[in-house]
Amino acid sequence: MTFYTGIFYVLAFITAIATFMAITRRHALHAIVYLIISFFGTALLFYLLGAPFLALLEVIIYAGAIMVLFLFIIMMIQIRPSVQTWAAALKQWLPVILLGGIAFSLAVAMVFADPATPIPLKPAVAGPREFGHFLFEQYWFPVEIASFLLLIALVGALYLGRREGKSPANQTEKAP
Amino acid sequence: MMVPFSHVLLLAVILFALGAACAIARRNLIMILIGVEIMLNAAGLAFVGASLRWQHLDGQAFVIFILAVAASEVAVGLALIVYLQRRTGSVDANRYNLLKG
Repeated sequence: MTFYTGIFYVLAFITAIATFMAITRRHALHAIVYLIISFFGTALLFYLLGAPFLALLEVIIYAGAIMVLFLFIIMMIQIRPSVQTWAAALKQWLPVILLGGIAFSLAVAMVFADPATPIPLKPAVAGPREFGHFLFEQYWFPVEIASFLLLIALVGALYLGRREGKSPANQTEKAP
Repeated sequence: MMVPFSHVLLLAVILFALGAACAIARRNLIMILIGVEIMLNAAGLAFVGASLRWQHLDGQAFVIFILAVAASEVAVGLALIVYLQRRTGSVDANRYNLLKG
């Protein structure tokens, strides 16, 4: 039990609790704030597992860009908090809790019934320089595909988000 | 010494199960997208752990692609949500029953 091991378990605990809080919040805004904590915890875990560049990207892209995008959308559209009876909520959550519990207990059983002795991870760090060399030498073609995917997503989002001036639904909205 | 690899996998399983529960059980479309995000993040955590376990950079390279996929998925998904909200005035997944007989 060294210092790093303790840090790992503390971060894992924080991340799991923050994620649990995020998925159970009624209002999406609170969920986003808890999720930012969870992503910061994950970023620190990435740093601990020897990926400092990915930790940076996690903070910038996940906790920065994507979550801010969510916040913008939540502020843009008005959401009425859904009114749901306890019976309906239970009907929705019960199968999930049951199946999730089975999956989780199976995972725990697999981890602790593993006959092989657990191999402790050796600390190693892949700096941005080695990582960039590796990525653009071994995976240059998938990088191109990913950039195309981003371009197509950009075009798709612009197309979906445009205002249509000619449709009758919008004209009736503008009429009063 | 660091933790065993199985504990990293266990954390990834917990996060993935939480994300899947959020995507299945919630009815708000934004919460469903958040659940998908949590699942992708958990997969990335498993990849980084595996990358350290086998001392190979392939896992970390995959996380880059997961990030790209997550970003594009969120962009298109949120555009769809805004479009649906403009069209039907609701982001509740249970109220899209136009095709129901």
